[in-house]
Amino acid sequence: MRLTVNRETMTVKAHPLTRLLDVLREECGLTGTKEGCGEGECGACTVLVDGEAVNSCLVPVAQVQGRRITTIEGLGGTHPLQRSFVVHGGAQCGICTPGMIMAAAALGPRPSLEEIRIGLAGNLCRCTGYSAIYRSVQRASRR
Amino acid sequence: MHYNRRQSEGCQGDRVVTRRAVGRNVLRKEGHEKVAGLARYIDDIRFDDVLYVRTIRSTVPAAEIANIRYNFDQAGFTVVDHRDIPGQNIVALIDEDQPCLAATRVRHVAEPIVLLAHADRTQLAAAEVAIDYREATPNFDPERSDLSFKSITIEKGRLDQGMAQADVIVEGEYRAGHQEQLYIEPNGVVAVPKNGGVTLYGSLQCPYYVHRALTVLLGLPAEKVRVVQAETGGGFGGKEEYPSMIAGHAALVAMKAGRPAKLIYDRVEDMLATTKRHPAIVRHRTGVKKDGRLTAMEIDVVLDGGAYATLSAVVLSRGMIHASGPYRCDHIRARGRATMTNTPPNGAFRGFGAPQTQFAVEAHMDVIAERLGIDPLRLRERNALRPGDTTATGQKVGKDCSALQVLREAGRRTAFSKKRQALKGSNRGIGLSLFFHGSGFTGGGEVTLRSKASLALTERGVQIRVASTEIGQGTRTMHAQIVADTLGISYDQVEVSVADTATVPDSGPTVASRTCMIVGRLLQRCAEDMRKRLGRMTPAAYWRKHGGFVVTKQYEKPPGLEWDDDAYRGDAYGSYGWACDVVEVEVDPITYQATPVAFTTVHEIGRAIHPMLAAGQIEGGSSQGLGYALLEEVVMRGGRMANAQLTNYIIPTTLDTPPMTIKILENPYTHGPFGAKGVGEMPIDGPAPAVVNALRHAGVVVSEIPTTPEKIMKARR
Amino acid sequence: MQGTVSGRDLLEPRSLADAVKMLRDEGPLVPMAGCTDLYVALNFGTLRPTRFLNLWNLDTLRGIEARGQTLRIGALTTYTDLITSGVIRRRLPMLAAAAREVGGVQIQNRGTLGGNVANASPAGDTLPVLLAADTSVVLRSAAGTRRVPMTSFYTGYRQTAARPDELIVNFEIPTVRGRQWFRKVGTRAAQAIAKIVVAGVWDKARVRARPRLAMGSVAPIPLRLSQTEQALSSGASLAEAQTILQREIAPIDDLRSTEEYRRQVAANLLGQFCAEALRR
Repeated sequence: MRLTVNRETMTVKAHPLTRLLDVLREECGLTGTKEGCGEGECGACTVLVDGEAVNSCLVPVAQVQGRRITTIEGLGGTHPLQRSFVVHGGAQCGICTPGMIMAAAALGPRPSLEEIRIGLAGNLCRCTGYSAIYRSVQRASRR
Repeated sequence: MHYNRRQSEGCQGDRVVTRRAVGRNVLRKEGHEKVAGLARYIDDIRFDDVLYVRTIRSTVPAAEIANIRYNFDQAGFTVVDHRDIPGQNIVALIDEDQPCLAATRVRHVAEPIVLLAHADRTQLAAAEVAIDYREATPNFDPERSDLSFKSITIEKGRLDQGMAQADVIVEGEYRAGHQEQLYIEPNGVVAVPKNGGVTLYGSLQCPYYVHRALTVLLGLPAEKVRVVQAETGGGFGGKEEYPSMIAGHAALVAMKAGRPAKLIYDRVEDMLATTKRHPAIVRHRTGVKKDGRLTAMEIDVVLDGGAYATLSAVVLSRGMIHASGPYRCDHIRARGRATMTNTPPNGAFRGFGAPQTQFAVEAHMDVIAERLGIDPLRLRERNALRPGDTTATGQKVGKDCSALQVLREAGRRTAFSKKRQALKGSNRGIGLSLFFHGSGFTGGGEVTLRSKASLALTERGVQIRVASTEIGQGTRTMHAQIVADTLGISYDQVEVSVADTATVPDSGPTVASRTCMIVGRLLQRCAEDMRKRLGRMTPAAYWRKHGGFVVTKQYEKPPGLEWDDDAYRGDAYGSYGWACDVVEVEVDPITYQATPVAFTTVHEIGRAIHPMLAAGQIEGGSSQGLGYALLEEVVMRGGRMANAQLTNYIIPTTLDTPPMTIKILENPYTHGPFGAKGVGEMPIDGPAPAVVNALRHAGVVVSEIPTTPEKIMKARR
Repeated sequence: MQGTVSGRDLLEPRSLADAVKMLRDEGPLVPMAGCTDLYVALNFGTLRPTRFLNLWNLDTLRGIEARGQTLRIGALTTYTDLITSGVIRRRLPMLAAAAREVGGVQIQNRGTLGGNVANASPAGDTLPVLLAADTSVVLRSAAGTRRVPMTSFYTGYRQTAARPDELIVNFEIPTVRGRQWFRKVGTRAAQAIAKIVVAGVWDKARVRARPRLAMGSVAPIPLRLSQTEQALSSGASLAEAQTILQREIAPIDDLRSTEEYRRQVAANLLGQFCAEALRR
């Protein structure tokens, strides 16, 4: 199967029913996307498929052939959201952070607080109580 | 010890550094790695030639193990049972009652019995193990248990005298259920055998706890065991003692097979098998004057310890010391016990006994306020500890007592008393809680720990070497700030070593709100020493001329602290933080759902080394406290957690969390670094009673948390 | 993750005709759409079936179309499609309301209406909406097309009238007149399973208008509350209608809630529905 991940096309050998999460982490060596629950509740495994946020623990790799997949590594470390999460405390333990940033990246250029809360309702954070995450997203979009 | 502003002009290269780090929101040391997806948690690290481990666990709560049948071809498998344990079959902690692998009997569902390992995960998952049990009658009622792990009595004054002085006596009973820590990264370790010993990498809070547990389990000398903390995705106490168990399992497999053994729990197993917050039943009988003054407090506490002792003794200890709340009262008798039930052992979770007992006392204060017809804020004002007053254990609180300040500040910011009037008769209620939290280990605990910290001068600059772990709270950052300012160098010149027992001394566990106040202070003393030795030279210049050196400091009890562990009297903690929460709750008359609509807290923490990190602890801990109050219910059926998945164990999402207003006050503690006290745990002590008190105000009388809509429906007045 | 994929097969039909032929000739096959339920079972090691049919690329199963009096929604329409569709917003806003309450954005981007219906959970968020709207479920097999009214689609707990060789291809909904109402009571504000979920339509502007009301999580199947509707349309008081409601539903205690709570809240929701229907 051929996948396009972070603008790079690669051939993967995984069984077509393999979770996209496992293909990314194990075959592609992209360990930035995390597994927190395996049931699509925590959002730590969030990646973008054609710009839309999905839980990669619930996606069979066969269904994303020919799609554009973006993981946290694809943001290059210099995306405004990434910088903002550091500066404004959006990341504490960091395990939810890649999924949170990817979900935030799918929100659009200048989301309102309400849009942020709704757009991130599928991403659980246990450390921050979310306030710093809202701040991080809001201040990233102002740049 | 106060930091002299003039001495802040230290040296960076040849330039003078005047900008201090303490009190500023410097960038998190590992922040870039975390946002870039480069931080390496245990499951991210690649190990070659690895065996995957699966734990076969008890499916019954109390039984003798009659027979174990392996219904699969064992070729390629490593099988480990209790007979493979080279050292002692215990998870070394406080008592020695918990086996690492059950031998002849099990005391709880999910108790580990056998370990299987294989290089192929499909084959590993397919292996069938059948266990025959001779079941015994389990006990799930902590009050009917015949095994008490620990009992504690705190006595102050003469209870009967205090009761005799009372105008009114008010009774109440309060219950709190389990709470699951729900770190988003589950428990996981990898054990690598090496030279007749083992190196253990893992998601953990306390490398030296694991180190000790492994030496005991494996019968190895200290130098043959090495523990290395990987980046850890949350702990909250859930990775304080539990990692010793999972590490033991991986190490046993690794040693037997001679290959690395990887053991990462999935969410279901983590919730089923690992520790949770102790459920509590707390009874109050309180004597008060008509004007609200407390004359006598009689408190009874029962904690459900689960099947083995683990940390129950210390959870009980902290719970009891906080049980009478931040109040002055001359006559107190508080009795508590932690008992055994046939459920998975409970353990450390942020707050560690204090959330349970302060929930009870603060809910009870509002019952008293209502009975006397006094505003809840005034009642607390009348009774709050003031400098010079003594606590339940007879500790005289000093100038760093801020109970009144936080109470008044919170009341003012929220217009509490006016709102109490305005909301009467509506679907909304407003409630408050006043609480405190001792920093560091209780009583003589820090003396027993004798923690050490080291600071090394290296080619690259200065390196912090402590066993304190970064688990999200900002340990690396905060420690580096303290060292940078004390040395007068830039924050960027301070690096932090990996928490690796091969390179760092035992700084004690990363728990008990001690990482800044205790270990940070040790590092400050190291830096003071280093500064003296450097003289006027920069670290780089000194290194070029003289080479490197290491300064190590060990904990010294501050003068004047006295604790009697037998009588349970004296100075329980070096210092306390103080806080007040005010929460506004709206109850939906159709669905009985209670929604927190506004949350304000005032926290006095000595000194905010990093204001944003401190606020982060307060926001995060408060959010967990709201979950504890409203949402998080562990459903136990037959001693087994029936809702062990995230779909059914509910923690707050963005839409469940109200906007929070946080105000930090600083009333320095003399012996804390730059005056800092602890802050990690205190935030979780307050929200639950504030919510329950707000519900009472809205006409819903509940005394049990979580206050689910089902309970609220039946509790309307 | 407990589930393993080796030893399982995925068939990739190139067209709808292909797919129904495979279902007929190469079954048993479990159709796979957005996988937001299927893969939870896989991850927990409870997924027994081993052979799957990938529907994801069959674009003929997508699309929202208003054709005169009929609103046609493809089975592969996602919750996000429903939320963002102008047609749905205008003609069936209660379906968009339901879609907004399903999981978080990640689930909404992948979960499908066909999947929600086929999964047949009594707690499915869209099911009361489809019931109250008198939806027709359009099924296709190699033998042809057949339509089953939503109100007859569920035959028992997690059982549907669809045959193993049939696929849900789309839903047909006649124009809905009157006020539409939807409410879900979940375990929390987002990403929650319904403790009770209700959808209703009442065109109070018409004389003797009969309300349409359906409820989930109060019986082994999502229920159309025809007896309660009958009572309301023949002029019963709210209290009388609530009594009949209690006889019509059969909620239980489970992990998430209690029978007592569900009964009380169902009655309260009926009251809210009646009050809402009267509003302009």
